[in-house]
Amino acid sequence: MSAASSHDEKLVCMANQIAQYFMSQPHDQAVAGMVDHLRSFWTPKMRRQIMDHAAVGGAGLESLTLEAVQRLAV
Amino acid sequence: MSLIKEVDYGTKLATSAVSVTLTIDGEKVTVPQGTSVMAAAMSMGTAIPKLCATDMLDAFGSCRLCLVEIEGRRGTPASCTTPAEEGMVVHTQNARLAKLRKSVMELYISDHPLDCLTCPANGDCELQDMAGVVGLRDVRYGYKGANHLDGAKDETNPYFTFDDSKCIVCSRCVRACEEVQGTFALTIQSRGFDSRVSSGGVDFLASECVSCGACVQACPTASLTEKSIIEMGQPEHSKVTTCAYCGVGCSFKAEMQGERVVRMVPFKDGKANEGHSCVKGRFAYGYATSKDRITKPMIRAAITDPWREVSWDEAFAHAASEFKRIQAKYGRESVGAITSSRCTNEEVFVMQKLVRAGFGNNNVDTCARVCHSPTGYGLKMAFGTSAGTQDFKSVEKADVILLIGANPTDAHPVFASRMKKRLRQGAKLIVADPRRIDLVKSPHVRAAYHLPLLPGSNVAMINALANVVVTEGLVDEAFVRERCDLSEFENWARFIASPENAPEAVEAITGVKAADVRAAARLFATGGNGAIYYGLGVTEHSQGSTMVMGMANLAMATGNLGREGVGINPLRGQNNVQGACDMGSFPHEFSGYRHVSDEATRDLFESLWGVKLDHEPGMRIPNMVDEAVAGGFKGIYVQGEDIAQSDPDTKHVVSGLEAMECVIVQDLFLNETAKYAHVFFPGASFLEKDGTFTNAERRINRVRKVMAPMAGLADWEVTLGFARAIGVPMRYDHPSQIMDEIAQLTPTFHNVSYAKLEELGSVQWPCNDAAPTGTPIMHVDHFVRGKGRFMLTQFVPTQERTGPLFPLLLTTGRILTQYNVGAQTRRTQNNVWHGEDMLEIHPFDAESRGIREGDLVALASRIGEVSLRATITDRVQPGVVYTTFHHPTSGANVVTTDNSDWATNCPEYKVTAVQVRRTNYYSSWQDQDRETSVSLRRIAREAADAAE
Repeated sequence: MSAASSHDEKLVCMANQIAQYFMSQPHDQAVAGMVDHLRSFWTPKMRRQIMDHAAVGGAGLESLTLEAVQRLAV
Repeated sequence: MSLIKEVDYGTKLATSAVSVTLTIDGEKVTVPQGTSVMAAAMSMGTAIPKLCATDMLDAFGSCRLCLVEIEGRRGTPASCTTPAEEGMVVHTQNARLAKLRKSVMELYISDHPLDCLTCPANGDCELQDMAGVVGLRDVRYGYKGANHLDGAKDETNPYFTFDDSKCIVCSRCVRACEEVQGTFALTIQSRGFDSRVSSGGVDFLASECVSCGACVQACPTASLTEKSIIEMGQPEHSKVTTCAYCGVGCSFKAEMQGERVVRMVPFKDGKANEGHSCVKGRFAYGYATSKDRITKPMIRAAITDPWREVSWDEAFAHAASEFKRIQAKYGRESVGAITSSRCTNEEVFVMQKLVRAGFGNNNVDTCARVCHSPTGYGLKMAFGTSAGTQDFKSVEKADVILLIGANPTDAHPVFASRMKKRLRQGAKLIVADPRRIDLVKSPHVRAAYHLPLLPGSNVAMINALANVVVTEGLVDEAFVRERCDLSEFENWARFIASPENAPEAVEAITGVKAADVRAAARLFATGGNGAIYYGLGVTEHSQGSTMVMGMANLAMATGNLGREGVGINPLRGQNNVQGACDMGSFPHEFSGYRHVSDEATRDLFESLWGVKLDHEPGMRIPNMVDEAVAGGFKGIYVQGEDIAQSDPDTKHVVSGLEAMECVIVQDLFLNETAKYAHVFFPGASFLEKDGTFTNAERRINRVRKVMAPMAGLADWEVTLGFARAIGVPMRYDHPSQIMDEIAQLTPTFHNVSYAKLEELGSVQWPCNDAAPTGTPIMHVDHFVRGKGRFMLTQFVPTQERTGPLFPLLLTTGRILTQYNVGAQTRRTQNNVWHGEDMLEIHPFDAESRGIREGDLVALASRIGEVSLRATITDRVQPGVVYTTFHHPTSGANVVTTDNSDWATNCPEYKVTAVQVRRTNYYSSWQDQDRETSVSLRRIAREAADAAE
């Protein structure tokens, strides 16, 4: 496994972990909360990487994660 | 500068609001009700002779030296045990009293060696002083009667001796061990003339003694004396400074001869410790002058090259040119820094300023990332600020203490003593911890409930406790209505009351009987002032932040915030971890916890610093390591931190370091991280610089320089030198000017200055116009964020699971005598108590694996394996093993994974699935580490000789 793909896997894992926290909240609030969290704590490069990953199918991303990541681009 | 001698009032000063006025030796004096006659006299400057009394202890009344006459009363009562009363008329001296006192002294001296001139206590002996005060000129009884002059000397403790021949059996040491430390290691054995101080029938080293030094401090003779005093003699001057070990932040007098520390004595007026200490702060300061100290800057082209000693200017120029080259080649984001929680606020502030203003990015992080970052996140979400709510003194008003994932007697010993004192007064204790820590059951302390939860189940446990509070009608509704966001509360109450959070439902997750959880919850909710204290057993989990919010929920629901005796109290690990966070060490925040995207805040910094600042969050430590491995992060400046030992998944961290082109390490020693460094800036110990530390109760304490920096520069000056070479000149002549800038830029520090600290001794932030003398208790009338916010805390099991290959759970922690990565304590005689990391394993697990006490065992997880010795104990429960990480050769973090808290990336040190088996060899990592420990630390001899 290349360092880059391993790095992506880690970002996917981290993003899904964040989603697991927000999952207990009402859907819209959860998506907004997750977007805010990623904007507040992830570097632009990390956000870009996860958005790129989502853009090519987002393998491994939970549905809430995927939705939040897609919202990041807006 | 002279030797600071604190006034000893003989007994504690009372704090009653009611005053009484009495007459002592013809003068009227007014004191709080409950003050002893002895203390009342001292408050007007009259020192009544005494031997068994000292104001660190309760009055005892045994020496009969402090006798006084009180008009209208018979006899000559002891002034130490007699309370001052309204209208009382006291005479402290007359012919009758003088005669009585002289007789008492005659008896003492008839059984005491007369070697005053060669005695180590010469110049600091209360017995000698009292002989002088009473005018003792001869001893009518002679010296040939029965005596104890042939009493044995116990020199087993590495730091102090007990000389029985010089003991006057005043019991001050025994009482100090009981009342101040709370260990009960000392006693008086036998009766009458045979009464002697005993460390429990064994020598001091083998006894229960924890070497806190309270007995030595209390001893009025040379019976208990520091070995440093015996060797060096008495100090001639002293300065008050702050300990550089844990987050309690004890104040000490550094007692000196010139630039040599003779001893460190806890400072009575230190608000964090009130005159108490532990073995580390009191005695384990020898690392500061260890032969291992590196005192010259060094550089090298490759980590396989030997180090070359160079001048400071050359080191700065080389480091700066490397960082500039890297940024030119790989981009602005390719470098960053880690600030040190062991350095001062001022040193941390200039580090993050260097990164933001000099590197032009926000890639700055701190070791709080791997300990209390979830505290910052969780408490900010719930209350609006990233810090504990109370001062330490608050514990004196607690009625029920809920201690979660913390082991204060080992990790925060001085605070533990305060807590134990309150428990001895009757407060109830609930311990939630996988291990049976000492506070579960120790002399005169017994937890009402021990909830031995399985590692990884904290959130399930806190939810279950809250479930009981909500479903059994124990919510403090008035508090919630007045202080909290009601709609958030209602959402939370619905969530928490659901059956899946009931104690019975989570029993299989936590491993704790539902009945115990219910009883503990009822006790916490109804037992009076409920205070939560917690440590890294809370934060170092994949749900660390969720757990912090869960505790905040419980405290709000039970109304336990905003007054003395309650609150959420993180026990911070390192001396300045609170300060490092306050100072803007996190990549998303400026000082005072303001996000980098906040334009108004950024404007403030930009206008003062004269540069444009990045508005996006930078990399956290794990991001930096990942990015280094991925090839995009090439340079790091590490201040007083050893990520190659302290951070999880050592092999990954080392891979990251090896992938970088310039690693700068600033430290006292060539630590594990320095093996992979290209530039070494020698650091300065806490004794070598001025500054401030902020402890776990938000208390800003002064650090005062008592000796010149061994490498010529204090740490803040080193960062300034590097910044200058980078092209970001920072002009400060003294750390006080850095604090002035911090105050200017940080609302919670607005009124903090060195002048204020001199005036008040210390101050707890927020310290600003609204709170000019600081804030001991936070959120008194309202939360910083306005209304308290209940957060949903769904339990999510960790991804780290046990299975057939890795059936045990490893959890890690500290031990009393060692500290963090051991860089300091391993270079002291504390190794006598803990010379290596051991693996604690339950007898059942040991037996099924054929493991015997002391066997070498292999500890393997999915990511790594190390070998260490096993110790068999039922302190851990079956299925759980435990070790410390103080010794790099053990490599505990070779085994821990890079799983982390969802919100902050704080590593999940407390949960690693492992297997343990007997072995007769060390792991391949350990073999390699032994080799690199030598090969990557070589210093070119010729250069070193030339530099001499």
